[in-house]
Amino acid sequence: MIVAIASGKGGTGKTTVAASLSRVWERPLVAVDLDVEAPNLHLFLRPVIEESSAAWIETPVVDESRCNFCLACSDLCQFKAISVMGSVVLTFQEMCHGCGGCIAVCPQKAISPGRRELGQIGWGRAGNTQFLMGRLRIGEAMSPPLMRQVKSRLKDIIEATGRDAIVDAPPGVSCPAVNAVMGSDVIVLVTEPTPFGFHDFKLAWEAFSPLGKPMGVVINRAGVGDRKIYSFCAEMHIPILSEVPYERSAAEGYARGRIVADLSPEFRNIFVSLSLKIFELAAGSRVLEATHA
Amino acid sequence: MKKIAITSEGPGLDDLVDPRFGRAAGFVLVDLENMNTSYIDNGQTQVMAQGAGIQAAQLVARAGAECVLSGYVGPKAFKALSAVKIKVVQNLEDGITVRQAVEKFKQGDFQFADGPNRESGR
Repeated sequence: MIVAIASGKGGTGKTTVAASLSRVWERPLVAVDLDVEAPNLHLFLRPVIEESSAAWIETPVVDESRCNFCLACSDLCQFKAISVMGSVVLTFQEMCHGCGGCIAVCPQKAISPGRRELGQIGWGRAGNTQFLMGRLRIGEAMSPPLMRQVKSRLKDIIEATGRDAIVDAPPGVSCPAVNAVMGSDVIVLVTEPTPFGFHDFKLAWEAFSPLGKPMGVVINRAGVGDRKIYSFCAEMHIPILSEVPYERSAAEGYARGRIVADLSPEFRNIFVSLSLKIFELAAGSRVLEATHA
Repeated sequence: MKKIAITSEGPGLDDLVDPRFGRAAGFVLVDLENMNTSYIDNGQTQVMAQGAGIQAAQLVARAGAECVLSGYVGPKAFKALSAVKIKVVQNLEDGITVRQAVEKFKQGDFQFADGPNRESGR
């Protein structure tokens, strides 16, 4: 089972929840940081990184001596990463999404694959938990290609070991966020009961609903703000899986790089109960699917 | 120099200059010898997620322009225009018409730019 920990708004507590869940998860686990633009799960799980390797994307290299400026590549590229200007072929490496279309379509075979570094993929262990993360290269604009490579590595690990996965997703509702939750079995949306938290929660819920995956909510910093998120979830039948109370000790622990589930038996119980609710949510959806089928 | 392209909000000489290059509404092409004009609509480029400057440069290059007058030209557009030796005049003042820009150009009031004056994606 892959559990994606996502949110609309940033800073609501995705990593708090992902790290704490990883700590209390009773089955063999791989914890994954897919927030490759700003990975921070490792700061809490403190894994021993056993290996790290660069991830690349394929970009075009043009042999102008073979090019007859037919425009086939230029017309195909949606991103103008390869553009024919008169008798000059311009490539903008940083704009290339790595689809390989220009290489395939060139009748002169004038384009060969080069590469651009996307970032690093690291893996290791935090106790019994396997750990996997991506880190986008500074200056790189595209995170989904790197995320896909991290996910492909995750798939290998899951196939080899049968482990569950907890995925710390990037915030927001754009391509990287959707990319992170797409392959999951359950989506846990972490929010806070503030107007901003509620606003972005709705966006995330709308963005992820079409994926048809079971979704549940964790309300972090419960006790602040208002009750709008509660009435919305009740109205839309979105299960609230757990509430993490707004407490100074949680913020202090977090600031020191501690896992909130480790701070007190009460906090630990919240996340143990959350993990059980996630299993129920996943199982419930399977039952529901079976009834419909 | 015979043919120049001015970024424009509309198809005619009395339309306002559009300060943007890549995401301009369109380009008025002016033949400086006889002041005949034609118009290239840039609507398809305006909606691109990225690469608008490059595509706009392709459009004006294919139309045979030798110089572009605009407000802001970004680095990729500038590189693309330079590749085919199209000159760039930028920083056109706000609120002037295409005709006023052409007149100023003919009087030699403008200098050709030697680099972009806008960050990418703006």
